[in-house]
Amino acid sequence: MRMFEPKALGTMAPATKLVVYGILGLWTLIVLFPLYWVLITSFKLPIHVFDGPNYLPFIDFLPSLHAWRYIFLDLGRDTFRPYGNSLIVAATSTALAVTAGTLAAYALSRIEFRPRLLSIGVFLLVMSAAIFAVAHSGADWRIAAASGVALFVLAARATRRLPSPQLGNAEILFWMISQRILPPVVAVVPIYVMLQQVGLLDTRSALVLTYTTVNLPIVVWLMYDFFISIPRELEESAAIDGASRFRIFREIVLPLAKPGLVATALLVFILAWNEYLLALFLSTVKAQTIPLLVAAQNATRGPQWWYMSVLITIMILPVIVLTIVLQRFIAKGLLLGALKG
Amino acid sequence: MKTARLAEWMDRHSGPMFVLPAVLLILAFSIFPLVISAWLALSQFRLGIGGYEIRFVGLLNFKKLLTGSQQFHFLGTFAEIPLLGWLIVALVFGALAVAARRYATFGRASVIGVAGRLISFPLIGALAVLFATTLGGQIGSLSTTLFYVIVGVTLQFLVGTGLAFLCAQNIRGRSFFRLVFFVPLMVTPVGTAYTFRMLADTTVGPFAPILRGLGLGNFAWASDPWTARLVIVLGDSWQWIPFIFIVMLAAFESQPRDQVEAAQVDGASTFQIFRDITWPSVAPVAATVVLIRVIEAFKIVDLPNVLTNGGPGIATESLTLHAFIEWRALNLGGSAAIAYLLLFVATVLCVSFVNMVVVPMRRSRQ
Repeated sequence: MRMFEPKALGTMAPATKLVVYGILGLWTLIVLFPLYWVLITSFKLPIHVFDGPNYLPFIDFLPSLHAWRYIFLDLGRDTFRPYGNSLIVAATSTALAVTAGTLAAYALSRIEFRPRLLSIGVFLLVMSAAIFAVAHSGADWRIAAASGVALFVLAARATRRLPSPQLGNAEILFWMISQRILPPVVAVVPIYVMLQQVGLLDTRSALVLTYTTVNLPIVVWLMYDFFISIPRELEESAAIDGASRFRIFREIVLPLAKPGLVATALLVFILAWNEYLLALFLSTVKAQTIPLLVAAQNATRGPQWWYMSVLITIMILPVIVLTIVLQRFIAKGLLLGALKG
Repeated sequence: MKTARLAEWMDRHSGPMFVLPAVLLILAFSIFPLVISAWLALSQFRLGIGGYEIRFVGLLNFKKLLTGSQQFHFLGTFAEIPLLGWLIVALVFGALAVAARRYATFGRASVIGVAGRLISFPLIGALAVLFATTLGGQIGSLSTTLFYVIVGVTLQFLVGTGLAFLCAQNIRGRSFFRLVFFVPLMVTPVGTAYTFRMLADTTVGPFAPILRGLGLGNFAWASDPWTARLVIVLGDSWQWIPFIFIVMLAAFESQPRDQVEAAQVDGASTFQIFRDITWPSVAPVAATVVLIRVIEAFKIVDLPNVLTNGGPGIATESLTLHAFIEWRALNLGGSAAIAYLLLFVATVLCVSFVNMVVVPMRRSRQ
């Protein structure tokens, strides 16, 4: 019996195999044990939590449904409302981010854009003036925005013939992706004020818009990598046959990009579903999401571990189901563009 | 007739139409807030009778953080440099010197490249010196964040890549491992934080008997700065290793099979194959995935907030948490100033990482 030599090329020696399975098994334990602990804690009475570690239901302690009853029956609508909010916000913002991001990524991978640096400068100047007018002099934001846009159009026409350096697609792409570096905490207070001005505070729309923007760069990044790896011949021949760009996009590009789309959408959905900081700032009661409800179980009496565990459990379930359903896309789709280079 | 003309017009302007939604969203929810935030960072927010007032104070908020009353909080408390501090400084300066030499001799030096390095090299050096000089005293929220980013991402990358490499071998149950290892990413960070608080409890947590058995029954990890930071890094790693794992697994699985087999026939060792065939083919993906993780790691807030509430003292406060605490105390100007400094450090470090690691790695393969 040769323990340390492989039986054939490309297979592992029995001893190596043992080590590999040992490591993978150990990591399975590390991944699953915290989740197991959450699950059994959701069936524990407070006394079972506090009288020392109890590991096995029915042996160390008698499972109780009290926490589940409290979350589903006593809290009832106060659980389902945030749950529904989270579902709606995560699903809508994922759909919007994937749509806007995919369109932008596709255009940037196929069409050459040459925005003029001068126009961008003028735009920023005009908009800063509008913001200043609203924030400092108390002008109505609608009037300020409208006059800002009008002023920009006029100024852009006036300066059209002036020489100006131009930017390219690479710069636009970098600008979009670099938005992801922006820590949410930088933008959240102004967003709060802006939403307050337009009366959208504590609404699902506010969260949808914010999450869409925050996750947009990821979509652009991953999908751009994907699109440049898709061959263009099909699109070119369709264009010669007179198909419009929208039609080419819908009927040729999207089907080819499906694995990337699904994987990206799943990642964005998970990020939106789990988001905490922005929701903490932008919603209080009506638009409360599930992560806020989890944190809210840390009451003045100390953390209510059993309620928290129920909430964490019901939060993970839909994502796990979604992942199992979409599993075959994940490994293929994520960063496939980067793989092909 | 009219719709046809509209369709034609739309087709001719399809380029801007594809990009416009994304640009408008980013303008409205990133660029404008950034402008307003800059103005907030330069002013003082004060609650008065019947409302609030915002007064322009120039760079006062920044001065307070860098040299004034909040210096201990942001930069830390200075003390004599311990041995580890000297080691870190020597390492970082050595790396910078090598990078600069390489750029000067082989690189395609350009004006922008030189200007960028004139910003990033001094900043990296200064951060290393800051870390070393506050190591003996108390490191501030800036150094704490850097600790989370560097130690956390390194750990996550090593473990995630290692697991992916093992899973990419010819083994059974690969799809089972792939699914299970992906799960922690789905738990909300707040949930992960509370879960780790339960697990790390030294009296009723599942590992309490082991700690007692080791004679560490009274050991309170939460009251020692470094163990508290370490627990946060462990929680963060548990959450994010899956991301690196799943991407690197895809990279390993798409490596050129025939080359590997040819090398095996020629009798190359596993290590040789990894070094000469596997690693070069996955390195660009590795660089990209590390970049994504670094960008996200700078934003860490949920875990320290829940696990330790920033304590003991300010020991585990990340910059985002620091800014959040200032915001809660209605110090909007100070909060915006911290956020801006975070943005500056994160941007410079991420952009240098792109230019000095990601781009060369992608280029070298083409």
